[in-house]
Amino acid sequence: MEKSSLLEVRDLGISFSLYQSGLKKKDLNVIRALDLTVNPGEILAVVGSSGSGKSLLAHSILGILPDNATLTGSISYKGEELTKERQRELDGKEIMFIPQSVDYLDPLMRVGKQVVGVRGTREEMQAAFRRYGLAPEVEKYYPYQLSGGMVRRVLISTAVIGHPELIVADEPTPGLDLKMAEETLKNFRELADQGCGILLITHDLDLALQAATRISVFYAGTIFESAPVSDFQGGGSALRHPYSRALVRALPQTEFEPITGTQPYAGNLPEGCLFGERCPYRTEECGNPVPIRKLRGGEVRCIHAT
Amino acid sequence: MPLEAKNITFQYSRKDRLILKDVSLSVADGERVALVGPSGYGKSTLAKILSGYLRPTSGEVLWNGAPLPKKGYCPVQMIYQHPELSVNPRWRMEKTLNESWHPGPELLGDLGIEHEWLTRFPIELSGGELQRFCVARVLGPETKFLICDEISTMLDVITQAQLWELLLKISEERGLGMLVVTHNEALAKRVCTRIINLPEQNAAVKKENNS
Repeated sequence: MEKSSLLEVRDLGISFSLYQSGLKKKDLNVIRALDLTVNPGEILAVVGSSGSGKSLLAHSILGILPDNATLTGSISYKGEELTKERQRELDGKEIMFIPQSVDYLDPLMRVGKQVVGVRGTREEMQAAFRRYGLAPEVEKYYPYQLSGGMVRRVLISTAVIGHPELIVADEPTPGLDLKMAEETLKNFRELADQGCGILLITHDLDLALQAATRISVFYAGTIFESAPVSDFQGGGSALRHPYSRALVRALPQTEFEPITGTQPYAGNLPEGCLFGERCPYRTEECGNPVPIRKLRGGEVRCIHAT
Repeated sequence: MPLEAKNITFQYSRKDRLILKDVSLSVADGERVALVGPSGYGKSTLAKILSGYLRPTSGEVLWNGAPLPKKGYCPVQMIYQHPELSVNPRWRMEKTLNESWHPGPELLGDLGIEHEWLTRFPIELSGGELQRFCVARVLGPETKFLICDEISTMLDVITQAQLWELLLKISEERGLGMLVVTHNEALAKRVCTRIINLPEQNAAVKKENNS
């Protein structure tokens, strides 16, 4: 298992140094003790609430974190440490990134040229456009001329041309209609079946349920639970962590019932369990730091889980 | 009929294709209507026309029987699909938040807006966090109708359910009408009282563009 993994993230921590007042700086710890593994042929979905640091996880793998960020722990790709030099060499060749936001496109360059990039060919770009239902003339458009869903399809096209081995997709589907979202997932599935590993970062549990092999639930900068996708189906009663069960219950097609409260802010985290304040099963022991442990074929960060 | 669209036709320039052709719809007081359709069919364009940000090539938008006011606070407010593009990148969040009214601490609490975020710039917040500011800033007392263009696609399901719970509560209390653009059928059924399919309303555009 260990040897065959494509991407391995161990004990990852990311902190930002911020100016507080004058020249005084403080460190803001946004991701801590995060472990995850992507195997070839697998789609791992990382599902988490907004502002939990999901995009930072993607950016750390690509090596595009801002300058005031400090990274601890290790990220390895194909068994070797992913250093700055290797990132520069592999990004856009073996490792592809689908960014979250529309403003990752160059506003002054026609989108066709941006999709071809440095290593693609025009034929590959046209094939990707056909696949995603973009008319041939879209190639000549500038980003501002496209609708939200069209931009999304352009961003996906940039990643699927060529021969990616690892795709890091940061929220690839908002703004796409159901048919297009399903087409995208189908394409991901095909790429995975050819041996590509996919890290699908999303807040959309629904989407993760349709596409992923495994799902990791992300909260306040760490992972609460990793489980096979089947555990999330059928109302989520097979799940281990109370937060994962709350996620399933909040879906519009189940109860549409939110739990109260908000995720703790990174600068103001509790000492013990990060979910403690919103958890109905909280006891005194939850005030101590909670390690992640293996349970029923998955992993969970909760002392009460059975 | 508070908000009415009459025979809206729209194209960006005379050389471009038609985007909307003779689209009419009306939303009654306190009604919540979902607008659905595939991507690239003009849903967001229609939303911008209804809230007065774009002028239709022909046709008109009526609010209580009169055109939308050209000056002052527009009673029809819109929340955008891309929060990162709808805030001024060079303003701190508190300036954006208080631009048209002063949301109280209770509303900020309901939306989960942390006090520390107020002094940050948009680039220092996530998409979901920005969207909460965009929701708070349009809920002023003069807002009578809300257009929501895919406002919860960037939120996790719990925050999405919380946001809609809050919006539905406010809509009930104030009789606020809503037009909700969404791709999520389950969501449309949960929050809306009626569903409008845009391609059906806009069938004339296809004929026009093909001829």
